[in-house]
Amino acid sequence: MVIKYKNLFIGFSIIITIAAVASMGVFGFKQGIDFVGGTFWQVRLPSSEASAQILSEFLSAQNLENVLVREGEVAGDFSIRTKELSEERHQEILQLMKSRFGSVEELSFASIGPAIGKELRSRSLLAFVLVLFGISLYIAFAFRKVSYPVSSWKYGFVTLITLFHDALIPAGVFAYLGHTQGVEVDTNFIVAILVIMGFSVHDTIVVFDRIRERLLLAKNREDLGDVINASIQQTFARSINTSLTLVIVLVALYIFGAPSLQAFTLMILIGTVVGTYSSIFVASPLLTYLQKNGR
Amino acid sequence: MRLKSILTLALLLLISVFAGLFVYPYPTFNGISTGDFANKVLPWRLGLDLVGGSQLIYEVDMSGVESVDRDSVMAGLRDVIERRVNLFGVSEPNVVSSKSGDSYRLLVELAGVKDVSEAIAQIGETPFLFFSEVETSEDAANGEEVAPSFIPTQLTGRYVKKAQLVFDQISNRPQIFIEFNSEGEVLFEALTEKNVGRPLAIFLDNNLISAPVVSEKITGGRAQITGQFSLQEARQLVERFNAGALPAPIALINQQTVGAALGQDSLQKMVWAGVYGTVAVMIFMVLYYLGLGVYAVLALCIYVVLTLAAFKLLSITMTLAGIAGFILSIGMAVDANILIFERTKEELKAGASWASAVDAGFQRAWTSIRDSNLTTILTALILFYFTSSFVKGFALTLLIGVLVSMFSAITVTRTILRAFAKSN
Repeated sequence: MVIKYKNLFIGFSIIITIAAVASMGVFGFKQGIDFVGGTFWQVRLPSSEASAQILSEFLSAQNLENVLVREGEVAGDFSIRTKELSEERHQEILQLMKSRFGSVEELSFASIGPAIGKELRSRSLLAFVLVLFGISLYIAFAFRKVSYPVSSWKYGFVTLITLFHDALIPAGVFAYLGHTQGVEVDTNFIVAILVIMGFSVHDTIVVFDRIRERLLLAKNREDLGDVINASIQQTFARSINTSLTLVIVLVALYIFGAPSLQAFTLMILIGTVVGTYSSIFVASPLLTYLQKNGR
Repeated sequence: MRLKSILTLALLLLISVFAGLFVYPYPTFNGISTGDFANKVLPWRLGLDLVGGSQLIYEVDMSGVESVDRDSVMAGLRDVIERRVNLFGVSEPNVVSSKSGDSYRLLVELAGVKDVSEAIAQIGETPFLFFSEVETSEDAANGEEVAPSFIPTQLTGRYVKKAQLVFDQISNRPQIFIEFNSEGEVLFEALTEKNVGRPLAIFLDNNLISAPVVSEKITGGRAQITGQFSLQEARQLVERFNAGALPAPIALINQQTVGAALGQDSLQKMVWAGVYGTVAVMIFMVLYYLGLGVYAVLALCIYVVLTLAAFKLLSITMTLAGIAGFILSIGMAVDANILIFERTKEELKAGASWASAVDAGFQRAWTSIRDSNLTTILTALILFYFTSSFVKGFALTLLIGVLVSMFSAITVTRTILRAFAKSN
């Protein structure tokens, strides 16, 4: 089934991936304070006194640059995003806010200089590359005993492509969300990408493992396409179920967990769904392409 | 064999009950007293984002320090700041020095501090003392003096052994008497010898305090700073010197503060999200795998308490992200069960007996379980080594979660299945 319509499935993936890349190219990422520096400040004001607009105007009047005020979940809770603030400025503005709005409870305050962001970016990139190649090389190694009819490094190569696929699509969604909802890309985003890569390969392994087992048993008498079809069919339920349990906890985390982790959770959720699709409908069919080209 | 499995299972359950008591953080459970066992033995360590507190990152200005001395300066700086933080009573302050590229940094974590701005002020206000040579040059053309230039020397506050408040015998004004350590003594002697008849400037926090003229070489490493101090200023300075002067200037480049209320709220939400998620996974397992699912539920319960106990035993600081990592590992811990059960079902369908189907299920599913867990372990390790402290918590809980889940999937589930073998 899967092999018969493989062009359709892979074509679908290519279109989505192109859309994701285009989304990143067109919208770019809205970078969080840990990447570009800046201040993120959560305060609780008497709800009768303040609205996002009043607070925003008040802060702009204090010569704060690029002020962005959002309302929080609870009435009176606001998050303020602005440029980097020194501790003196922070205290000064807090005092001014107190005299303007009465009681001000500071829920959180983070101000980050731009130096950290530069390092974070280069280290994130390094971690990304290491995970990408680490996993691919491991797969090539784990499948070293099945070098016929597809050599084991090709399993690794296919894994590399699916990992890229699984990382690019959620990243594209986030570029879009950044543009429309102001969702920012921060350290959590990088962690989410790496986690997605670590998880999405699980289902691929399950299918590959079955292919490996059948190929070893069949001693090359079967056509690779048939082996893959049978393998996917037999492992279909477990591929879906293992992802589903992860989806269940992610949904619980998204609905009930801390609001500051929502974007992180959503990202992994998208990645898990994409990863499940790719392991069934992309990774295994890709093997058959490589086989034909390889011989 | 079955008896052995039943005994093993009983032992596992017993350990789990103890582990459960060990991790349960409240003194009562549904009105039944737990004796507050958990907190008495070893309390949970919670991160700043859950109990409230502040994380400060300081950039250290090493421009005035020889490169060979930099590591010792960092160590000194860390000690000094640790002592300063202790002065205003933070429990277990965490001060870590780090070097990235050319920049030296200090990370200071203050848990449960009420007044963070006061803490920041105190850390930043630590006096930075250095001695400077003075170069006065006369403009030859018209004989007028030009502004003297100051040449900072190696002699800084890092060589101060102790400070004392003294009073000038004539004016009765408060003065600060400092005593150098042996290294400082040598430096001071050389410096005074070189500058006999010339002034030596003393800077405190980059302000010129005084510039006494050196009358003769001073041995013994003692100096008196004469400045326009009020009694209170002088007393405060002495206190700070004795806590340790900063061996190099620092600048706050990063501040992250979480209020206690927000932290509490986050913790509550994460715990409930974890409970709901786990229960939902359990319901799914029972609905889909029926009898086998019940075993998976039992295995998952054991997994959860054992993992939590491992976190606690290893004194891992639980952060928001750390809890998220653990919750994700719950979603993955059952994966091994699913793989084993699916395989067992296949074997049963092929006509195998219960016992051999279970054995084959474990054996054949093992390669998938091993490979997929190893990729997660790899990812967690890379996350741990290449990212900041926030992410480390996540990577660590995920890593431990996966390791325990490999144990629970293989040993615990197999024991359960064998113990209940006949009933199926």
